[in-house]
Amino acid sequence: MKLSGWGRYPIHEAQVFAPRSEAAIVERIRMGGLIARGNGRAYGDSAISRQNTVHMRRFNRMIAFDQASGQLVAEAGVLLADIIQAFLPRGWFPAVTPGTKFVTVGGMIAADVHGKNHHRDGSFGNFVDWVDLIGANGAVQRCSRQENTDLFEWTVGGMGLTGVILRAAIRLRPVETAWIKQTTLPAANLDAAIDLFEQHQDATYSVGWVDCLSQGERLGKSLVMLGEHSNLDDLNERQRKNGFDAGQKRVKTVPFDFPSRLLNRVTVRAFNALYYRNGLRKQGDQLVDWDSYFYPLDAILGWNRIYGRKGFAQFQCALPLERSRTGLHELLTAVSNAGAGSFLAVLKRFGEQQGRFSFPMQGYTLALDFPISTRTLDLMNRLDQITLAHGGRFYLAKDSRMTAETLRASDDRAGKFVQMRDDAALRPAFQSTQSERLGL
Amino acid sequence: MSKGAVLIKGAVLILGARSDIAQAVAHRFAALGHPIQLAARDSASLDADKADMELRYRVQVTLHEFDALATETHADFVDGLQTLPTCAVCAVGYMGDQGESERDIDAAIRVMRSNFEGPASIFAHLANKFAQRGSGTLVGISSVAGERGRATNYMYGSAKAGFTAFLSGLRNRLAKQGVHVVTVLPGFVATQMTEEMDLPTRLTAQPEDVAQAIATAVAKRRNVIYVRPIWQLIMLIIRTIPEPVFKVMKI
Repeated sequence: MKLSGWGRYPIHEAQVFAPRSEAAIVERIRMGGLIARGNGRAYGDSAISRQNTVHMRRFNRMIAFDQASGQLVAEAGVLLADIIQAFLPRGWFPAVTPGTKFVTVGGMIAADVHGKNHHRDGSFGNFVDWVDLIGANGAVQRCSRQENTDLFEWTVGGMGLTGVILRAAIRLRPVETAWIKQTTLPAANLDAAIDLFEQHQDATYSVGWVDCLSQGERLGKSLVMLGEHSNLDDLNERQRKNGFDAGQKRVKTVPFDFPSRLLNRVTVRAFNALYYRNGLRKQGDQLVDWDSYFYPLDAILGWNRIYGRKGFAQFQCALPLERSRTGLHELLTAVSNAGAGSFLAVLKRFGEQQGRFSFPMQGYTLALDFPISTRTLDLMNRLDQITLAHGGRFYLAKDSRMTAETLRASDDRAGKFVQMRDDAALRPAFQSTQSERLGL
Repeated sequence: MSKGAVLIKGAVLILGARSDIAQAVAHRFAALGHPIQLAARDSASLDADKADMELRYRVQVTLHEFDALATETHADFVDGLQTLPTCAVCAVGYMGDQGESERDIDAAIRVMRSNFEGPASIFAHLANKFAQRGSGTLVGISSVAGERGRATNYMYGSAKAGFTAFLSGLRNRLAKQGVHVVTVLPGFVATQMTEEMDLPTRLTAQPEDVAQAIATAVAKRRNVIYVRPIWQLIMLIIRTIPEPVFKVMKI
């Protein structure tokens, strides 16, 4: 069948299997060239293998929950949305969450996803206690910080290339309500935005939306949004009746592919102006439900269709702290000069990061969406070069078009990762079209 | 409902609980807060599903040994249930292989018993208990294949036709006794049974769609439901084709 990631680019003809038992997975592993696939929310080709894509949707059972520690044991195919639905009413929330709840436990571990609290809490891997991994020989190994430590560390952020994650123990965090206290702060330009991030290092959550079409002195005009989990005291009487119920949001669906020309300099500029003005109106403190705060785009099912039939690509890089100001300046200048519309330009401060192959690094990350065209692909190549020049690296869960040379130049850990894969005979047992493209 | 009031919901019994549709139905009713009784052969192997549902929905899930073909055990099975469910869903079914059923009549009988005799037997027992109590809902998952016999799967189809007629008669009998009967004709569903078939996506429902349709049908006391409305039209057409034409069609 035709298979792609969330960006709907590239599309490959791939054999997809959805095994029902551990034995059936092992049988697939024997065939070689396998990659496990969760809910298909990686943007590019991370979870596609032409000959052997193994869909984990049937491994979606929760196994155990410890009320004292907040540790949940679950099969790899369990959706984050289901975890929230089950445990938020009991006062627990994911310790780290990406920008969509339609991801699986296995996928979050493989990509070592980060959230708006990375500067304080680090990535998802920090809250993984152990992983059961099926290796190339078909045996299940429990990997943790105590046993099979190396394999554990390579698996967190290893993009599914160390084996098939079967189940895992992850930790949730206690919360008092389902609400977030949001503070919106306008920033006139990039420097002001960075200053705000630095001033608010103690905020639990922080994220910036950037108007990437503004230029000159206004380059990097942003809204910086901080967030804290609300206490019961923050709620009004009606909300306090059931503090864990923030109501159901109505979900909309994008019914068809929008024409790809719909997103152009004019429409994106208009959207950005509206969004910014709207943000200014909401300046100061606001109470926001968890779903709107963490997953605004999940309310529009199939939002990836607004980029048209050709699909879109996301560019996301991280820059080291000392090079962030100049690097971001150059990146945003390149984008605004190209006039390429990116609806979603997200800026975020990263904190310290452990992990052998995880994406984040102490510094800043910038994420941009572009509809696929030769022009935007050229632009992204330029952004690659700027990132390299400033010692930055790239997020594999978003990548769909980088070259192996770019990856090697950006990250000296790539060589070690490949060495480890060869030593453990994980190549070519586990392989995605991305790992082939990037020589991993 | 006043604050703090606990609404106790009745148990839902799922017969043939291992199938994809049965699992989806169990999740649906558990999510609505109903205790769930999972009945199947080798029921201990459903332990992981029980744990999953109890964790997700905080409802009680019990496992019950049940063999649809061992009709002599059905009376004891019903008596052995700790609580008589308010709703029972029968997802028992076995398509078999039409070719094999033609060559090996024992295989054909297995298909007929699995789709008609077994389900009808267990529902007959439950119906009497429900009628005695004066309430309850029986949901039988039959098939559009029972609407007209086709060369390619009439063994399965004929048994489903029998089950559909049984459900219709049962509904007619129990209507005045407070017991409701729902007939489900799902059309194509993406399940283990149909995994190897190349089904048209537009006509194919997911097990979760079937579960949702069943929950709605139970709440609204619907009689006969097609999961995807298009199937009602398709079957209307198939039923109206004159027999002289139908018998030479490849369908």
